Amino acid sequence: MMASGYSAKEEDGHLPGASGAAGSGVAKSKKPDNTAFKQQRLPAWQPILTAGTVLPAFFVIGLIFIPIGIGLYVTSNNIKEFEIDYTGADMSSPCFNCSQSSSWNSTWPCRCSIAFTLDQPFESNVFMYYGLSNFYQNHRRYVKSRDDSQLNGDKSSLKNPSKECEPYRTSDNKPIAPCGAIANSLFNDTLELFYIDPNGTRTQIPLMKKGIAWWTDKHVKFRNPGGTNLNLSTVFQGTAKPVNWHKSVYELDADLENNGFINEDFIVWMRTAALPTFRKLYRIIQKKSNMTPTLPRGNYTLDITYNYPVLSFEGRKRMILSTISWMGGKNPFLGLAYITVGSVCFFLGVVLLIIHHKYGNRNNSADIPN
Amino acid sequence: MIGSVFYFSISPEEERKVRANDREYNEKFQYANNCIMTSKYNIITFLPVNLFEQFQEVANTYFLFLLILQLIPQISSLSWFTTIVPLVLVLSITAVKDATDDYFRHKSDNQVNNRQSQVLINGTLQNEKWMNVRVGDIIRLENNQFVAADLLLLSSSEPHGLCYIETAELDGETNMKVRQSLPVTSELGDPNSLAQFDGEVICEPPNNKLDRFCGTLYWRENKYGLSNQNMLLRGCVLRNTESCYGLVIFAGPDTKLMQNSGRTKFKRTSIDRLMNTLVLWIFGFLVCMGVILAIGNAVWEKEVGFLFQSYLPWDPPVDNFLFSAFLAFWSYVIILNTVVPISLYVSVEVIRLGHSYFINWDRRMFCQRRNTPAEARTTTLNEELGQVEYIFSDKTGTLTQNIMTFNKCSINGHAYGEWEMSRAQRLDFSFNPLADRDFCFYDQNLLDSVKLGEPAVHEFFRLLSLCHTVMSEEKSEGELMYKAQSPDEGALVTAARNFGFVFRSRTPSTVTVQELGRSVTYALLAILDFNNIRKRMSVIVRNPEGKIRLYCKGADTLLFERLHPCNHDLMNVTSDHLNEYAADGLRTLVLAYRDLSEQQWEDWAERRRSAERAADYREDRLAAAYEEIEQDMMLLGATAIEDKLQEGVPETIAILSLANIKIWVLTGDKQETAVNIGYSCKMLTDDMSEVFIINGHTVQRVREELSGEQGGWHPQQEEKPQQGSPPAPALPSLLDSISGEYALVISGHSLAHALEADMEREFLDTACACKAVICCRVTPLQKALVVELVKKHKKAVTLAIGDGANDVSMIKTAHIGVGISGQEGIQAVLASDYSFSQFRFLQRLLLVHGRWSYLRMCRFLCYFFYKNFAFTMVHFWFGFFCGFSAQTVYDQYFITLYNIVYTSLPVLAMGIFDQDVPEQRSLEYPKLYEPGQLNLLFNKREFFICIAQGIYTSVVLFCVPYGVLSQATRNDGIPLADYQTFAVTVATSLVIVVSVQIALDTGYWTAINHFFVWGSLGAYFTILFAMHSNILFSIFPNQFHFFGSAQNTLIQPVVWLTIALATVVCIVPVLAFRFLKLDLKPQLSDTVGLSVF
Repeated sequence: MMASGYSAKEEDGHLPGASGAAGSGVAKSKKPDNTAFKQQRLPAWQPILTAGTVLPAFFVIGLIFIPIGIGLYVTSNNIKEFEIDYTGADMSSPCFNCSQSSSWNSTWPCRCSIAFTLDQPFESNVFMYYGLSNFYQNHRRYVKSRDDSQLNGDKSSLKNPSKECEPYRTSDNKPIAPCGAIANSLFNDTLELFYIDPNGTRTQIPLMKKGIAWWTDKHVKFRNPGGTNLNLSTVFQGTAKPVNWHKSVYELDADLENNGFINEDFIVWMRTAALPTFRKLYRIIQKKSNMTPTLPRGNYTLDITYNYPVLSFEGRKRMILSTISWMGGKNPFLGLAYITVGSVCFFLGVVLLIIHHKYGNRNNSADIPN
Repeated sequence: MIGSVFYFSISPEEERKVRANDREYNEKFQYANNCIMTSKYNIITFLPVNLFEQFQEVANTYFLFLLILQLIPQISSLSWFTTIVPLVLVLSITAVKDATDDYFRHKSDNQVNNRQSQVLINGTLQNEKWMNVRVGDIIRLENNQFVAADLLLLSSSEPHGLCYIETAELDGETNMKVRQSLPVTSELGDPNSLAQFDGEVICEPPNNKLDRFCGTLYWRENKYGLSNQNMLLRGCVLRNTESCYGLVIFAGPDTKLMQNSGRTKFKRTSIDRLMNTLVLWIFGFLVCMGVILAIGNAVWEKEVGFLFQSYLPWDPPVDNFLFSAFLAFWSYVIILNTVVPISLYVSVEVIRLGHSYFINWDRRMFCQRRNTPAEARTTTLNEELGQVEYIFSDKTGTLTQNIMTFNKCSINGHAYGEWEMSRAQRLDFSFNPLADRDFCFYDQNLLDSVKLGEPAVHEFFRLLSLCHTVMSEEKSEGELMYKAQSPDEGALVTAARNFGFVFRSRTPSTVTVQELGRSVTYALLAILDFNNIRKRMSVIVRNPEGKIRLYCKGADTLLFERLHPCNHDLMNVTSDHLNEYAADGLRTLVLAYRDLSEQQWEDWAERRRSAERAADYREDRLAAAYEEIEQDMMLLGATAIEDKLQEGVPETIAILSLANIKIWVLTGDKQETAVNIGYSCKMLTDDMSEVFIINGHTVQRVREELSGEQGGWHPQQEEKPQQGSPPAPALPSLLDSISGEYALVISGHSLAHALEADMEREFLDTACACKAVICCRVTPLQKALVVELVKKHKKAVTLAIGDGANDVSMIKTAHIGVGISGQEGIQAVLASDYSFSQFRFLQRLLLVHGRWSYLRMCRFLCYFFYKNFAFTMVHFWFGFFCGFSAQTVYDQYFITLYNIVYTSLPVLAMGIFDQDVPEQRSLEYPKLYEPGQLNLLFNKREFFICIAQGIYTSVVLFCVPYGVLSQATRNDGIPLADYQTFAVTVATSLVIVVSVQIALDTGYWTAINHFFVWGSLGAYFTILFAMHSNILFSIFPNQFHFFGSAQNTLIQPVVWLTIALATVVCIVPVLAFRFLKLDLKPQLSDTVGLSVF
């Protein structure tokens, strides 16, 4: 298409019309300009892979990657993590009964508690996660089933949610707030942690439920309709709660700063996971003093208000406790990967060096055949 | 020529009837008026017509189909704009280009249509615009005006109804031609009598043959035959004629000029064809992946999705997993379509356009003398210039300068012009005031013979001064200028002029010659003109004494057959001379005359008149009549004209042969001349073991000769049927015959047999085994057949180079046609793909531009497929983790912009500017050209390597972030495994990896490459942050879901560590592999490249 157009243009010069000027007058020189660009002589840097550049690069990569990897690996190993599966799929599990009876429309909450022991104290701030497995938060239809406009506090979207929310768009002819499959499947187990003193007293560990979502989500992306100072129940009047929910969106928390769309548990859930096995931050246990560890060694129980059915799709639920470092949580993969890649590079460098010395073509211009 | 012409006629015209001065009558036939429209569109039709044309491209239709798929909500895995933005961009780039082209066409159309011409309306001359001129109008032309339409010349201001025209616009020939009106109409000199003219012309329908016209004028109960001699064609310019009148026969789109402006066949390169095959394969691959993922979807929906319905119910129309899988297939077709990016074809065109401009801009292919730069007339073939294996070259004007000098002659058995270098002295022509001062001759004997008054010598030069079609122009007394249609003629007439037989002037019925100072006027009775079949021309003149004589000059083979038997001895002597001349590489003509009696002339003239009047087969009948009179001629002698080799031809041929390019010379010259030129341009050398000459006249003979040549490689059969064989070898040893070099010379009549279906294979095998092939005495059609033969049986790229009209068929047949803009007009240039004015520029075109173009295009394609596979295949791997739901890995804006913004410009810059070795090196080491001929840089194997690399990269790009992020948390405890963080990490890694890869691939970093590579990275981050910014989100919260992701993700050290890891894992194997290849098996280009630094 372009080619033919180009030649047509060139040839227009031969039209009788265009040649009026050409017919008379002295033709000026058509010699092309002597510019570096037109003569393809632009100054240029011509990198060439030589032993002198490639081999050092391999060694340098190796030498940079191995220490980083070791650092990452050590850091990761210093992080304490504790994980417990509380799905109750096993007969032996305390939550077995709950897991069998729970369904979305069960009216009274089922409770169970699981005892566990921490062998090592958790020193700094401890982060408490819930983890789900085999839960496809990254399914295309799931991911798109939300209305960010509604969640951003747009009043018209509140009353008329996006079509993407189908089939969780309306309920009893009332718009659902928040609409869509993601919101509808909000994780609604309640987890509580108790420390059992050696003398047998249960002390509830204070769990902080703020600061678990992205700042931008909490303050910009998610907003209640009509600002913060209004009574949320009136704002949400005329909307229905998502069908799986036990309470309305404005009853999620008593704290006005953590209620409605800006409830952080809700925000965390709405940030969908990339993979079918994922964890989400649930609570933060803050370090109280420098003297005592946040979670001392000893026995604990996890009290669960078991609402969230996962067995129907062979899902699993976990509770995770973890400390973090500058690079985040426990992540042995990154450190190991860096060590491996660094070593491979270094090794490759050595091998290439040997090959180069034994068989390599080092005499450059001597033997150019002509 | 001119862009295609659109006009619609109701039914094909069978003959045209035109009545002068009768618009009403002519309107009945609805002939096209003189308004031309080369433009395709107007403002209203532009959009629909242009879109319609563009959607005829398969690629565009395919993307339209994707767009429609995306509008179905159940299928749509991507927003509609991911397809429409690139599609609209591509369509609008093309549309803008088309519109610009069309605008210029409109402009030139308007200018042409609004030219003024004088039309005779109701007996008075009125100024009318060209577009208002109708068929049947009589218009008046003045000197130096363009002819407005195809006119029948009625009368002119010059005597005998003559007028002169220049046809440069039409056929590129710059000499003037003469046209003459019918004697009956030439008296109609003034508007009044012309207004009374009511003749009717019946003639052939519009056609594109510039050199013939067939029609009849009916006027006053009489019939008059019309030929091309009576026509003034649109596009010509009237010269040396005060004014003339003409009747419009064809107007506007029907004129021969416009009929000739058809578009030539579209040539495609082998890379193009390969690319199309690969694109089809990729489509197949796409469908396979779609099927695999759809099966995965079916299994997943059955095993998992079915149970997961409490959280994620199926979309309403979906009621079972099979239907879901069906939809998933289409969804995946949509998201995986980026393996065949819409920008591929546009980018390829842009790169080729760039390369074409580089050719146009090359100062080293600029010819100072002719003031012509090289020109890439087609932009679609550049990379094929880097793959040429066979060059078919014309000789005259291509290898030689086509500047003829009268060098030797043989008169009445006496050879003149032999001279020794040492005592060479330029002849002094001062006795002749009309002599051309540039003319050189060195043999005093000839001048003495003229001065002594030898009758044969006088007759010889008299013939030269009479028998030609040269026009003379005498600006002032004694300042003669000759305008010759062919340089040979000019040289001959000039020679006669210097030896005292000065052609002064001609009228249609007389020729005036100054014979040794005495002015003689001959009555010109007939001109039996030259053509490629006759290969001779004759004139019949009556001298002042009343004697009628036919003078003939032509090719020796044809003339010797037509001589009177009594010439036998003279013929033998002359023939020896001719062989000598030919051996010196001279072009020869034989001259002869015949005396005619009054009766003979009368009889013949009558036969000729009847032939001329014949309605059908007029040309054949005329040729037969000519044949009749050109008999029993008396031999006068022969001329030898030297055609010097062009500058740098032997060097160019040597370099091209070193580059493993085989050069075949196809020439119309005779064998000896051709062989000689072969020696002088080093195609044939004395070192050659054998030069085979095939000269047989019968099928059997040619077959024997051909198999004889093949046998020639075995020592036991060294008997060769050959004539006048140059260096005849003595029984070559077996070793010699295997390693030795051979050359083949074949003549036209043998070639005719060799090209027959049963022998062509044998001929080709023999020819290809030879180092040089020369075909002499070939017709234009044979030239094309030879090219076609090689094209058909050898999977090689052919290039034809020539300068004359006889090379046009060959130029059009070959993969690449090169026209030499030289002496012989511009038909060859018009038919060619590339043109320049010196043969030696060919080495630069092939070894520098062609080589680079090929290299760049290959590197471009490799990288382009790589980057798209790396980009797209990530979706495939992600499919296994997202329930085969066709969820994309990236943000939809990233998908939209990846191909058109983030990665397009660096690879374009590489495709346009890359160089592996400096240009002078590719001329110093012609072997560097070989990878192109062997198609090493981009073939199916290379393609699979690119694809494999792309797939490897996609695996790394998916697995490394997966491995790291699935467990990682930020340093404030929030997990990093959310979808948006993952998407941003993978996308950023991808952009960085492909940028590093292009950095590795780019061998020549100009400032532009730096700008584009760094600029693309910069653009990526800028756009990323803009897309994820507060501002866009607050305006369209439902469109920019990724708000905040960039800020939150890219401040995490873990993310950067992941990106660095992915990049290193992707690049290190490539680096190691390339280094090993370079170190252990360096290509010539690598070694040459290295030695530069």
